[in-house]
Amino acid sequence: MALETALHSWHSSNGARMVDFGGWDMPVQYTTIVDEHTAVRNDSGIFDIGHMGRLKIHGPDATSFLQMICTNNSANLKPGQVRYNLVCNEKGTILDDILVYQHGSDFLLVVNASNRLKIVSWLLSNVRSLNVQIEDQTLSTSMIAVQGPNAIALAKQLISDDPSKLGYYFSVDSKTMNVPSLISRTGYTGEDGIEIILPKGEEIKVWEKLVAMGCKPCGLGCRDTLRLEAGMPLYGHEIDENTNPLEAGLGWAVKLDKGEFIGREALVKEKNTPSGRVRVGLELPGKRIPRELYPVTQNGAALGKVTSGTFSPTFNKPIAMAYVPANLSAVGTDLDIDIRGKFEPCKVVSLPFYKRKTT
Amino acid sequence: MDPIKLRYAKTHEWASVEGNICTVGLTKFAVDLLTDVIYIDMPDVGDPALKGDSFGEIESVKAVSDIYAPVEGEIIEINDKLVLDPATISKDPYGKGWLVKIKMAGKPNLDHLMNHAAYEKQIASESH
Repeated sequence: MALETALHSWHSSNGARMVDFGGWDMPVQYTTIVDEHTAVRNDSGIFDIGHMGRLKIHGPDATSFLQMICTNNSANLKPGQVRYNLVCNEKGTILDDILVYQHGSDFLLVVNASNRLKIVSWLLSNVRSLNVQIEDQTLSTSMIAVQGPNAIALAKQLISDDPSKLGYYFSVDSKTMNVPSLISRTGYTGEDGIEIILPKGEEIKVWEKLVAMGCKPCGLGCRDTLRLEAGMPLYGHEIDENTNPLEAGLGWAVKLDKGEFIGREALVKEKNTPSGRVRVGLELPGKRIPRELYPVTQNGAALGKVTSGTFSPTFNKPIAMAYVPANLSAVGTDLDIDIRGKFEPCKVVSLPFYKRKTT
Repeated sequence: MDPIKLRYAKTHEWASVEGNICTVGLTKFAVDLLTDVIYIDMPDVGDPALKGDSFGEIESVKAVSDIYAPVEGEIIEINDKLVLDPATISKDPYGKGWLVKIKMAGKPNLDHLMNHAAYEKQIASESH
């Protein structure tokens, strides 16, 4: 039986097409992917991301615990700061990519829906003698993302602390329509915006208010095309337990010099003798769309595989991310993608495909 | 075209016969599921159409689907307008959004295809 967020019945009664995603019955689209994508790029969109796992880490050893579990540094987070992080196994491959929020004397982890139970048991099995408690708050809270160039201006009308004063990747305990909520200047779309965590049951009035103010309801379909344009990896596609952070282009989130952590030894080896494949962006001049697992080729020989591909609504052309050999990963390299038996030319381009203009 | 009078394949193509010429398109149910149609790969005029075999594909942001020939024969015309403006198939699937015309081999017969009521029943079960 699929899990449902608190907004599930709103989605169903407002024309959403629902799909299973990481064990949750979630809206993929209300209108069309392109329509919702465009709203987020040009105006504002609102997403139910209640399916994302929210795990609270308490206790005097919380910092040393996270330092052991994750590849990035959590010891030097400023109050309220949020940081992208990776959980690796001993082989140095990726169990999940997460956000770590510094929150008072605690930390909050936002993990992928599909990995929540795996990560909870991974955390529990690695507590050992540390004085740390793990509390899964996913089912008692809701989470909403408001994204787009007009997102902050809309949301600030409902929030007691002005989110436009919040630094990028910082969070604050505030009130949204008088409901205690954690606001963060984060997102997964490549646009400015915020994500709001609030008690379950309180999300519906905030959601309906923002929709009434002109924020377009958006499904996971455009969340995927938006993150792809922004060059962000999606767990299960660009990254998984067979991928290490360095080949995935996430070496910036691996701090080998911060001290011991799970996977460090393997990642030091990987750094000295790389796997030889890297994640790249690909662009195609035609209209046919490369999809996940399609072979990337050169002169008919398979070199790698597409991890995600779509038709970019912003650039009006097909784009993809793929793993290719490092010696063929330079921007401008001409490759082909085997699209159902026909080789379509493509070019390596720099990631991200889309970068918002910062004001 | 009046959807009530069309015949339907399980794979969501519709067919309509005049003389021995069969016009083929995709149903509204199918194009609504696809949404955001980006590209339609058409066969060439003169290509054979083999019943149940793919003669083209329709690509949307979300997915790609094969288009299957509901009847046997020869492709005698393709809807060029769809190649230039694939969104037409979403706007008018039973009219301007037709895909190809097939000159049917042998005696024109659509008995192997569903009528409207049977197709409605199929999509009702698929939407759940």
